[in-house]
Amino acid sequence: MDKNENLRKDLQRVAYYPGCALEGSGHAYNRSTKQVGKKLGLDLVEIENWNCCGAMEVKNIDPEIQNFLSVRNMSIAKHKMGFDVVMAPCNGCYHNLKKAEHDIAHREPTRTALEKLSKKSKVPEYKAGDIETIHALDWIKHAIGESNLARQVKNSLKGLKIANYYGCMYTRPRHIFPEKDQGENSESTSNPHFMDDLLRAAGAQIIDFPLKTACCGGAHTLSDCDTSTRLVLNILQAAETCGADVIATECPTCHTGLEMHQIRAEETLNITTKPVMLYFTQLLGLALGLSPRKLGIQENISDSLDLLRQQGLA
Amino acid sequence: MPIHEKSLIRPENLREQESLDIDGIDVSGPWSTFIESRVVNDYNENLEDEVSAFPGGSLIHRCWQCGACTNSCTVNAINPDFNPRFWIYLVRLGMEQELIRDKDIIWQCVSCHKCTHVCPRDVEPEGVMKALSHWLEYKGHTPKSNSMHFDEEFYSQVLKTGKIEEGRVIRNYFNRTSQPLFQNWLIRMVKGMIRGLPFVLMIKMGIATLLRPKTRNWKASSDAISEYLDERVEERNSVINRTDQQEGKHGQE
Repeated sequence: MDKNENLRKDLQRVAYYPGCALEGSGHAYNRSTKQVGKKLGLDLVEIENWNCCGAMEVKNIDPEIQNFLSVRNMSIAKHKMGFDVVMAPCNGCYHNLKKAEHDIAHREPTRTALEKLSKKSKVPEYKAGDIETIHALDWIKHAIGESNLARQVKNSLKGLKIANYYGCMYTRPRHIFPEKDQGENSESTSNPHFMDDLLRAAGAQIIDFPLKTACCGGAHTLSDCDTSTRLVLNILQAAETCGADVIATECPTCHTGLEMHQIRAEETLNITTKPVMLYFTQLLGLALGLSPRKLGIQENISDSLDLLRQQGLA
Repeated sequence: MPIHEKSLIRPENLREQESLDIDGIDVSGPWSTFIESRVVNDYNENLEDEVSAFPGGSLIHRCWQCGACTNSCTVNAINPDFNPRFWIYLVRLGMEQELIRDKDIIWQCVSCHKCTHVCPRDVEPEGVMKALSHWLEYKGHTPKSNSMHFDEEFYSQVLKTGKIEEGRVIRNYFNRTSQPLFQNWLIRMVKGMIRGLPFVLMIKMGIATLLRPKTRNWKASSDAISEYLDERVEERNSVINRTDQQEGKHGQE
């Protein structure tokens, strides 16, 4: 083990919050996350009877209701299941759990509202610090680490040129992620690199990609299609110009948004872009020797099988 | 008065003369552009309180106009008229009529959170944009935006079952906004989705569409949420009614 990697034993078994998107459009992300976890000997225990986190919508109806949705899930993980860590692979869920944690710790009106809502809903009271929320990237990075991962690689991703796309909710706003920007081994909010680190350890060629945290217009992907298509095109064309074959994603909304508006740009603007989209867990799974079918690669809308066959990965 | 930065002035407030002679001095050319002088007297002194009462707007009073929000804004990069700093300024001054001029674009905030990320005063400008667009709709300045339709559809499903089923959200949203579901790019997307879907999963997703995923024993939470929202809406209405009473209008229904 690299002495710089401070691996955490407590992440071997964590509570798992898949969220609604991973049961729908992001099912391939759900499947590949579970498969990669299993292959690496990590345990995921799904939160019992979880509810929606409210995504980017419920907060516009009322921010404290959105906080309550997150708190109910965290409370179940803590008080009914006895976990200290919740892993959420969806950027939206991850963001909302973090936001609730931040507001409880820093805002009196939130505490008052949540106390009321929890009491009436008969949800055990959640207190700041009861749960640590992590992303799937944190999970693999801190439970396994790059050198362990590199040792388990069966099919190196060598030759695959990847641009890593993190989207908005994984790093913004910085104040809800107090553990980030804490120097070595921590994630950076201005230049996130956990996905770069993991995929590089799996052998991939990581492309310098300036739009890592640009916005894909995900919140308005259907309500303001033209804006979203334009924002997605920025990302796809920048990745292509930088020489990427693949855009690796870590969020079901970003992933589907990129796939959807790549098609829409072709249909409505007649602009074709080449990069294909794959979840980072699918790429890691391939490197670990899992079959494309097990990782749900043919379930993606973006068709990457030809490229993967050329690279000897499928 | 002659001006130098024309871009900051609304075009209708500019007066340009082709040639102009003042006291025997020729001031033709760039010096002949003037701002129409005016006195603003239609303030809504409660505007900041009103916007604060809408979800996301409660921290607007903290703003000190540094402009970091506008500089970082995703939508501003596409449309320079999309200017969160300026709108916050107008709200705090109570310049309702000025604000209404941009009513058709305010809802377009994509919630990328770049503004909230860089804001040194924790104003949460992203939330303020949402509050502003709801305020515009509530006051009847704009019809309900597509974004609001989407939010309401989403919320109604969460309230009812504790979870959402994406297919249902999309179908109902297209229905609410009277958009055709059969558009070339959507059809291609669905085809792409079905192409690689294993049979068993397709059946499972079909069943989810019919039966809807549900959180068990959700009723207590659902009731608590409804009750809480009713209280918030009542509070909000009372803030707006206060303005209307001050202006001698009838209260909101």
